[in-house]
Amino acid sequence: MSADEVRQAGLELGRNDLLTHEQAGSAIFGFWVFLMSDAVIFALLFATYGVMLPATVGGPTPADEYKLVPTLIETVLLLTSSFTFGLASVAMKHGASRRQLLGWLGVTLILGIGFLGMELHDFMIMFSDGAVPSRSGYLSSFFALVPLHGLHVFFGSVWIVVMMVQVLTFGLDARVKVNLQRLGLFWHFLDVVWIAIFSVVYLQGMIQ
Amino acid sequence: MTDGILPAVLGRFEWQSLPFVRAWEHPNASEIVGAGAGAVVIIGAILVAALITRLGKWRYLWSEWFTSVDHKKIGIMYIVLAFVMLSRALIEGVLMRMQQATAVNSPGFIAPDHFAQLFSTHGTIMIFFMAMPFLTGLINYVMPLQIGSRDVAFPVLNSVSLWLTAAAAALVMASLVVGRFSTGGWSGYPPYTELAFSPGVGTDYWIWAVTLGSVGSTLTGINFAVTIYKMRCAGMRLMRMPLFVWTALCTSILMIFAMPPLTVATALLALDRYLDFHFFTNDLGGNMMNYANLFWLFGHPEVYILILPAFGVFSEVVSTFSSKQLYGYTSLVIATAVITVLSFTVWVHHFFTMGQAADINAAFGIATMAIGVPTGVKIYDWIWTMFLGRVRFTVPMLFSLAFMMTFVLGGFTGILLAFPPLDYLAHNTLFLVAHFHNMLIPGLLYGMLAGYHYWFPKAFGFRLDEKWGRISFGCWVLGFYLAFMPLYVLGASGMARRTQAVFEPSFRPWLYVAGIGALLLAGALASLFVQLWVSVRDRKANRVFAGDPWDGRGLEWSISAPPPEYNFAVLPQVNSRHPFHDGKRQDDPYAPPRAYEDITLPRNSMTGPAIGILAAAAAFGLVWHMWWLAIIGALAISAVVIARSFARDVEHTISADEVQRTEQRWLRAAANAAPIPRELEMTSANQGLAEVSA
Amino acid sequence: MMLAPRLLRLLAALPLLALGGCAALEHGVMNHAGPIAASHWHLYVIVGVVLVAVAGPVLLLTPLIAWHYRLSNKRHAFRPKWDFSWTLEGLIWIPPIGIVIGLSVLLWDYTHMLDPYRPIASGQAPLEVQAVGLDWKWLFIYPDEHIATINRLTIPAGRPVHLRLTSGTVMQSLLIPRLAGQIYAMTGMVSQLNLAASHPGVFLGENTQFNGKGFQDQKFNVVALPPADYPKWVGQARASGHPFDADDFAGLFHKSSPSQPVVFSSAPPHLFRQIIVRSQETGS
Repeated sequence: MSADEVRQAGLELGRNDLLTHEQAGSAIFGFWVFLMSDAVIFALLFATYGVMLPATVGGPTPADEYKLVPTLIETVLLLTSSFTFGLASVAMKHGASRRQLLGWLGVTLILGIGFLGMELHDFMIMFSDGAVPSRSGYLSSFFALVPLHGLHVFFGSVWIVVMMVQVLTFGLDARVKVNLQRLGLFWHFLDVVWIAIFSVVYLQGMIQ
Repeated sequence: MTDGILPAVLGRFEWQSLPFVRAWEHPNASEIVGAGAGAVVIIGAILVAALITRLGKWRYLWSEWFTSVDHKKIGIMYIVLAFVMLSRALIEGVLMRMQQATAVNSPGFIAPDHFAQLFSTHGTIMIFFMAMPFLTGLINYVMPLQIGSRDVAFPVLNSVSLWLTAAAAALVMASLVVGRFSTGGWSGYPPYTELAFSPGVGTDYWIWAVTLGSVGSTLTGINFAVTIYKMRCAGMRLMRMPLFVWTALCTSILMIFAMPPLTVATALLALDRYLDFHFFTNDLGGNMMNYANLFWLFGHPEVYILILPAFGVFSEVVSTFSSKQLYGYTSLVIATAVITVLSFTVWVHHFFTMGQAADINAAFGIATMAIGVPTGVKIYDWIWTMFLGRVRFTVPMLFSLAFMMTFVLGGFTGILLAFPPLDYLAHNTLFLVAHFHNMLIPGLLYGMLAGYHYWFPKAFGFRLDEKWGRISFGCWVLGFYLAFMPLYVLGASGMARRTQAVFEPSFRPWLYVAGIGALLLAGALASLFVQLWVSVRDRKANRVFAGDPWDGRGLEWSISAPPPEYNFAVLPQVNSRHPFHDGKRQDDPYAPPRAYEDITLPRNSMTGPAIGILAAAAAFGLVWHMWWLAIIGALAISAVVIARSFARDVEHTISADEVQRTEQRWLRAAANAAPIPRELEMTSANQGLAEVSA
Repeated sequence: MMLAPRLLRLLAALPLLALGGCAALEHGVMNHAGPIAASHWHLYVIVGVVLVAVAGPVLLLTPLIAWHYRLSNKRHAFRPKWDFSWTLEGLIWIPPIGIVIGLSVLLWDYTHMLDPYRPIASGQAPLEVQAVGLDWKWLFIYPDEHIATINRLTIPAGRPVHLRLTSGTVMQSLLIPRLAGQIYAMTGMVSQLNLAASHPGVFLGENTQFNGKGFQDQKFNVVALPPADYPKWVGQARASGHPFDADDFAGLFHKSSPSQPVVFSSAPPHLFRQIIVRSQETGS
């Protein structure tokens, strides 16, 4: 295996030794595998949601609770944040100034927090309508699936903060680069999951 | 004030949570047995701690073992955990057999609630804290050596997985001393395990123990899969990997996909119990059938997570002890892969009796039978491996032979159960209990024990005592047949599983035989411990430092026993399926390399034990509703993970000089050892150097 | 404890095993007492015979080959590099696939034939019974006769019985080994089981799904009466003077097993539905 084969596109690990490249390869591949098993969790929660959907037991229904405008704005926020994270990755790869990288990470973070704030607001409204998880099987499954995604966004946001501190502390050493790459995968993955939530949960719920 | 503070600190703990207090208040046999078990845990822990203190080994244990990220040490710790938990769960099995044997139209000595805890912990421990740690430990130790690697892909994560598993096991042990365990069986079916029916701490102990274990196993699966994909040495193409590595890979893939359903099932049950959700409750739209699907979507692949590594061990053992290449390597690989895929298509056969349409049952029944084909192929591949070979009846080989013949019987009854109409009769009876013990004792335990005997000399540098190994083997086999064949008869007579009392006198003789079998199995385990003691005592006579006691075929035998910390002084390059076997015949495998280089290895880390301790604390807090403890634990885990990501000084280097010194000591020993023919491998003439023929 | 006498008794029991074993099996499907269980047993035998043929070669070959090719037997050929043969490969893949295909046909047919929901072909209309799994007892409601029993299922021999099952508590499983297979009884849902006794007799019925500390006591007798005696029994039940009232309804949900079977001289018309609704509303 030559060094070129294992060089990680998008990382620009520079003139490090071969070992670091191999480690980076394993680290990123490993994270893909982790996301795969995380995807299984979401898939099962989607399936559970599908099974429980009719179990409204006289309580609030999807059509009562879902609002198009806020969820659409949340979608736009999250999609944009994915784009800005992409810009951060480009900044990392092409060795732009550290400030540029930090700037795009900061924008991503703000968008992520904005998303979380809006989502929490949605939940508060649902709660005030009496649409709480203890009300019915359907609401239980909703509050297992959607907030779990929100929890992921929350952890992603914490991770962004940690990485910003690390960029300031260590500069762009190999571990920081690998972790930024993994964080990027994570963030884009959350986008994909959200698109599924938006279409399967919200859009379909509103159509009914 | 105290009214407010104490409950907040202690959660729902009260004096009656302690088995000793219960036994004091109600001194009946059942409570005394419970208190005795609790006392054994406490006294055992105190004795171990005292012994370590007396020997002054705390620092050594902490710095050389607990914080180690070396896959070999982690593997050994996993197996130690497996043996500890095996001891407890086996004793529980014996207690249940004794209870049923004495409880024919009589109350016996164990109360129903206590009996229910026994079968719940027995199953939970055997699956999650005996079988899983054992196979994980074996893979951890052997797989990196077999693929010519210095460690797994994520050594610190490996340590985290170990300590999560240990934390989960500690939680199950804690339930003996504080509170009670679940009575809902190892599968924890709701709605019985919902708050409405099981309000106590037992189910919560079960939920968090299983959840921590499942997270640990998912991480292990990821770690192993990446290691096998990314860290094979030069020339080790996929189709050159030893069969054990293939089975490790398939097991890891199963873990990655099959553990999440378990995590989801237990997490949703926890939401029901803690936050008043309604997934599986009777009221407000809950539906327990969804739990059955989630659980068995994990549960069936789990069977193959357990059995595949054992298949890998048998492939290695049969080939080595027949002095012959493995017959049908490709066919074994295909069979393993087919089993891996099919294992996801049969989960409904665990609840044929749930009232679904006949078409569905029939389809899943047929898929179940289909798994029999690749499994049968494997058995024949091992038979043809012995064919035209030179078979040595060593302990690992004896276990392999016993496995092949016993497992076939389990397959026999498995096909019977695959027929939905026959399952309608046998489901939930002792027939089913006999069947899965008939699969898992030969298909998992014999495999693990074969692997333990086979690789023990590699790990510790001396062979295990053969005589006590044979005694233990005899007890395991005879004990199995005596303990479980009667259960087939009783099951076919309609005796339900998990029953604390029996009302049919004609069942008695069979229960007696099963009881004797259970005692023999306990004797088998005791013989294993005697064997270990005798072997350690006589270790000087049985040293195999040169590293190749069995005329081995794979890379793991090409290094010293025990291997150096860095495994391979120079990463090997292979060009066949049995590189060491060929190497011995083509040139001198004990020739020093042209030059030694510095070797960089990961530094020990406290991350694993820290996360394990905190996870155990957080889970304990959740069980007892000590919310402060749960919150502190969870926050501290996050802090540890973040702190770890700031660590930069994570590697240490072994200098070329030191590598050279270590290697030369081994090469000199190999040069001085006398090569022995296979006839002498069980004598102290065996110093780990094989006489090479043909 | 008195371990020695107990051990002696254990040893003394061994020779009696053969006898005792037969006695045990009389409680199972081998001693079937109805058409459904008879078909189950028939299937058992067919599959068993096929499987003996499948498992037999392994049981013979493993010890024979291992022993013949032992290290000390130097008279046989030793070919350490021989590791493949298309003939053998065909032999170990194709016949098993063929057998599984053959068994699949059998499995498909029998699974449909013995589908617990499938009515039993008979000249007589089936007896309708509603069974409710409770902690730790069974309630049987006879909707057409307007009576009910606890822990006793009385049926006329020779006439099919159609059970509709639900649970008033956690999931349970109803098994009458000598008459039919089992089916789960689940809260809020109704499952079905068809069975029949071909001759009069008393057969054990039980819950096989663990449901708490009274689980082992949750057994009942199925009494199959001669056809002519069944109406008499119904008459006696109606005359027994113990109508099912509100106290009895509350009593169903006490966690206990009655020491004796109970017969109710009348049962409210919608009792079964009432129990289904109750469990979904109260959650316990």
